[in-house]
Amino acid sequence: MPKNMRKPAAEMARSMKELVVQVVSELNPSLADPVQIDLGVEAALYGRNGVLDSIALVSLVVALEQLIDEEYGVTVALADERAVSQSSSPFRTVGTLAAYAESRVQEAKRS
Amino acid sequence: MSPRVTLITGASKGLGYRLAEHYLAQGNQVIGVSRGAGAIQHERYAHFEADVADEARVLELFKVIRSTWGSLDHLINNAGIASMNHAVLTPMSAVKRILATNVEGLFLFSREAAKLMRARGGRIVNLTSVAVPLKLEGEAIYAASKAAVITLTEVLARELAPLRITVNALGPGPIATDLIRGVPEKKLNEILARQAVKRMTEPKDVMHAVDFFLSADSEMITGQTLFLGGV
Repeated sequence: MPKNMRKPAAEMARSMKELVVQVVSELNPSLADPVQIDLGVEAALYGRNGVLDSIALVSLVVALEQLIDEEYGVTVALADERAVSQSSSPFRTVGTLAAYAESRVQEAKRS
Repeated sequence: MSPRVTLITGASKGLGYRLAEHYLAQGNQVIGVSRGAGAIQHERYAHFEADVADEARVLELFKVIRSTWGSLDHLINNAGIASMNHAVLTPMSAVKRILATNVEGLFLFSREAAKLMRARGGRIVNLTSVAVPLKLEGEAIYAASKAAVITLTEVLARELAPLRITVNALGPGPIATDLIRGVPEKKLNEILARQAVKRMTEPKDVMHAVDFFLSADSEMITGQTLFLGGV
């Protein structure tokens, strides 16, 4: 398909936020204190106010990496130097994780 | 039951090659990695050419493992390089090369392996060296890189224990491979003299210890470093 042609709506890849919501929803049943996914992008994941411990975060990140690969055909490692930072970690909320993952996908596509 | 999947870095020659043959003989699916072509033809052997510290390439490799075999049971971080030289005469290019392969590559493989192993647990074995406890002169960066391997082993063991992944290190004495090709015989004999068992390490000595770490019964054995020869 030429670059300037858009895919029909039915084939459009899902948004990164939808992917994050899917992996969080799949993770939730295994959590004693589930992520409040109905809060949308504001739902807290990790760090201050977050409900995930470091092992749950590992599961979430790995599941998201795999889903990104399946959905977009791009291999990314979502490791980040600020992962455990309380204030600027990209893993704070559904919204920050989606934005960060999106930026990593764009980066991978450019390289 | 599908065969156990064993990933071995530095598998084209030396100890890695012998380890690959050994685990093929045990019925495992073996995936070998090295910078050059593989030397084994076997229906259960797959070779992947990669620099172990090349993140993009390594991510591709793990993608292939996931799509082809679905999971990973064992990782043997065997790839390692050395550059025997007095510290004062060691170029920074050698320092960077040794740390990239021996430390960065090992970490990268461990990180990605843990992602694949998290569903059903796994075993990671890291190759370190008697150069660490013997504080070998002329091997400053090599020994430092292998000391880093021991520390990584100990910390990763704790971080990965909740995922039922064990991480151990094995430190052989000198083995007749390319790694020690440039080491003078007098120097080798001095090293052997400091071991309790004063002979070269044979590949079978290494395999015996790796078998122990990989065993399904070794779930309580983690964060340990085993030196061969009584160092």
